[in-house]
Amino acid sequence: MTFEIFISQFFGGLSVAMLLFLVASGLTLIFGVAKVFNFAHGSFYMLGAYFSYQAISMFENFWIGAVAAALGAGLVGMLLEICFIRRIAGREEEGAFQILLTYAFILILDDAVKYIWGPAYKTISKPDSLAGSLDFGQVTIPTFNLFIIVLGLVIVVAAWYVLSRTKTGKIIQAASTDTQMVGMLGVNVSLVMSLVFGVATAMGGLAGAMAAPLRTVAPGSGVEVIIDSLIVVVIGGLGNFWGALFAALLIGEVNAFGILWMPQWASLLSFAVMIVVLIFKPKGLFSREKGRKKI
Amino acid sequence: MHETLLVQNIHSYYGKSHILFDVNFSVKKGETFCLMGRNGAGKTTTFKSIVMLVPPKEGKVIFNGKEINGLKPYHAARLGIGLVPEDRRIFGDLTVKDNLLLGTSSGRHGYWNLEQIYEYFPILLDYQDKPAGTMSGGEQQMLTIARTLMGNPEILLLDEPTEGLSPVMVKVLKDLVLKIKELGTTILLSEQNIKFCMAVADRVVIIDKGHIVYQADVASFRQDDDVKKKYLAV
Repeated sequence: MTFEIFISQFFGGLSVAMLLFLVASGLTLIFGVAKVFNFAHGSFYMLGAYFSYQAISMFENFWIGAVAAALGAGLVGMLLEICFIRRIAGREEEGAFQILLTYAFILILDDAVKYIWGPAYKTISKPDSLAGSLDFGQVTIPTFNLFIIVLGLVIVVAAWYVLSRTKTGKIIQAASTDTQMVGMLGVNVSLVMSLVFGVATAMGGLAGAMAAPLRTVAPGSGVEVIIDSLIVVVIGGLGNFWGALFAALLIGEVNAFGILWMPQWASLLSFAVMIVVLIFKPKGLFSREKGRKKI
Repeated sequence: MHETLLVQNIHSYYGKSHILFDVNFSVKKGETFCLMGRNGAGKTTTFKSIVMLVPPKEGKVIFNGKEINGLKPYHAARLGIGLVPEDRRIFGDLTVKDNLLLGTSSGRHGYWNLEQIYEYFPILLDYQDKPAGTMSGGEQQMLTIARTLMGNPEILLLDEPTEGLSPVMVKVLKDLVLKIKELGTTILLSEQNIKFCMAVADRVVIIDKGHIVYQADVASFRQDDDVKKKYLAV
């Protein structure tokens, strides 16, 4: 492998990793805070792509599409949380209900997009300003991929800031350990849950809009994404935001280089990485082992 | 003295199990009121019912003249009911300071702020930037109380605060409760430690198998060895 190919694959992997992070971080955030396993999280990625497609066909502007994707997916996410997911919280059968309910969302959202936009694949073009590529000596990297990497990094920094430097972030962290106690201190926990759902599904929607020019807009695309996101979340440690970032980078790069190394088996590599991680760290790389309490 | 908290004939359930039967008592403004009882007698459930974590199915909880049944636990906190749970429930990954600042979520202002807390709990100042989970059990108990005080509650519900503490920490806690009392905060305490209860409380009720079986001021309770033997296994 030449240095040029290495760099080019590395950046390709990085842009895939960032898209994956946008979806997986939302999935892990919802699990960490609300203890809800949102099996339908990939469907918000798909919805984002369709919302973006719709907005672009109306306004012919990629950026309006991106905003519409994030806002639209976030709103649908909040609505589903308020109308359905909240109703099963705290019930004995909650675990099984979560899977059933969120699986039902996948089927319903898939059919809803087919009903509204038809079963045929849609395509979205890259915005003109980012359609070209940048040359670094012998290496050429598409500007759009670089943009996705920068956007991902901006979101990582923003998430770090919100989670570790603001009171809202502290509340979210505290709620992920003990929701009830946070409520007893005077925090409206239901509102926090809806906001977490809204932000997490908005990030999924944004990822869908950003990925649309690189892939296709199609019903069922959410299911592919949820599998990859699950791998990321499991490797990083369920509920661990920074674990999701690390695992997304790992899987993005493993896929980018794996496709060169063993093209026929590339799709299995992420699973192989996950299995290896689970053998040595059954709760994921960033799982926290609880220390013994001193008295 | 008017009544800060009125618990009127409440019946509470965990699922189908009936836990509290017609529980009835009132806490006057500024007093320290102690709810005594053995393990499983219903002390914690009574507290959880007051903050609407386990909303009573029958009966009323009246706080400052207003019925609070049907409100959420966060409403109760905002109204001024501060619960310090028996199992402490600190946020172990957050720093001590962050734990304290979360206590201000009730949006209430008053005597207690970070400065006052650090003055009264110097250990929390030493640990302020360390994860709360690294503190010892006794220190965590102090943090839980301090965190609830940061919300400047009008009534402080202390659920078995001495449980699992060393005699030295129990003494520290006694002084703290007396100090909070001196500041005019109404305190509802649940305890199994009779000595501690007698040292801080003005009045005592005993709960047994979900029923209130005894009610007296602390002076009478002090004399009443039969009651202690019968309900508190002394």
